[in-house]
Order: sequence, then C-alpha cells, then structure tokens
Amino acid sequence: MAQQNSDIKYLTPIAVDTKKKKYCRFKKSKIKYIDYKDPNFLLKFVNEQGRLLPRRITGTSTKYQKKVAQAVKRARHIALMPYVGDLLK
Amino acid sequence: MVNQYETVFIMTPVLSEEQMKETVSKFRDYLKSKKADIVLDDSWGMRKLAYPIQKKSTGFFHLLEFKAEGEIIKEYEVAFKRDERIMRFLTVKLDKHAVTYNEKKRRISKEKEKANA
Repeated sequence: MAQQNSDIKYLTPIAVDTKKKKYCRFKKSKIKYIDYKDPNFLLKFVNEQGRLLPRRITGTSTKYQKKVAQAVKRARHIALMPYVGDLLK
Repeated sequence: MVNQYETVFIMTPVLSEEQMKETVSKFRDYLKSKKADIVLDDSWGMRKLAYPIQKKSTGFFHLLEFKAEGEIIKEYEVAFKRDERIMRFLTVKLDKHAVTYNEKKRRISKEKEKANA
C-alpha cells in the first residue's frame, strides 16, 4: 500500500507556486495621462532609493513606461519626489 | 497656434502672504497682457520639499494652467528665471489626454466643494 501511495505522488504534478501573469496597469484601466503632480501614485514605480523600477518588474508596457519615466523626472524637478532617497516605502 | 500649458512654480518660504500673492499676480498679469486665457489658478500653499533647494526645505507651490500662443512661452520663462522669489518652475505643454484629465479632475473637485457647501 505504501508503495502505491508514493507512486501516485509522482503522477500528479508537484505544486509549485504558479507565477501570476504581469500586465500593464495603464492599458488595463485605460489611463491615458500620468500626472506628475501626484507623487503618491508615482511612488509605485520607484524603488526604496527613489530610482525607477524596470518594466520587467512592474509589467508596464513600453509606451507607458516612457510616460512614467517622464512623469517621475518632472516630479523630481519640482521637488515632489527626491532624486535620491532612503527608505521611501 | 494656441496650446494649453501648465506651470508649477515654487516661491521662497521667506515671503509673507502678501508678497506671495503679489508674485503670483505678477505672472498672472503677465499672461493676461499677452492675451493668454487662464484656465486654472491654484495655490497649494506651503509644502515640504522632497529635497532642499537653496538651503530651504519648504516653499509656496502654485499652479497656473492657461491657453496661449507658443511664442510667448520663452519670454515668460525668462521672467521666472529673473525673479529671485522663484526657487523652481516647470512649464509643460499639455496634450489632449492631459487636458481631459485636468478637466475631469477639476469637475470632481467642484462637485466635492458643492457637497461640502
């Protein structure tokens, strides 16, 4: 009996945590314009030091990543976001 | 060619309330004298800066949104550079998505005001 049980264990696929598919949040919720005057929203696209996160982590499409980058840079210029920070989150 | 623009500028915190209003009206009048159409005039008040500018950690923020000829912008920005009370400024041309976004935002804030009143 014990032998049989162990056989069955290998017939079913071992449960590995399946990765969620990333998506572009701007495309999904149809956001056309990214406001540079809203630092709390832009905080989602930078790391703890205030640097921009790459697309491969946030899942943003190329088109909107460019706009995110532009908005973050504008926010930095008018001192709504830091150029370099520490423990932003 | 008339475009819609938006300027955010930061004034030094050493100004008094009156001096601040005077500075704002200077730029507002400048725009009016150039036949610009002011859409929004919003003061954010005293705000903390994300990093110090000219060794100051706070400043008065003000937002101006207007419709104007593209040619006046250059001269308008020079006026900002020359003014010592201005610590930082940013003028942005708004595309059609930005215009609709701002209109929507304004409508929402108006409704909120109504609800409060």
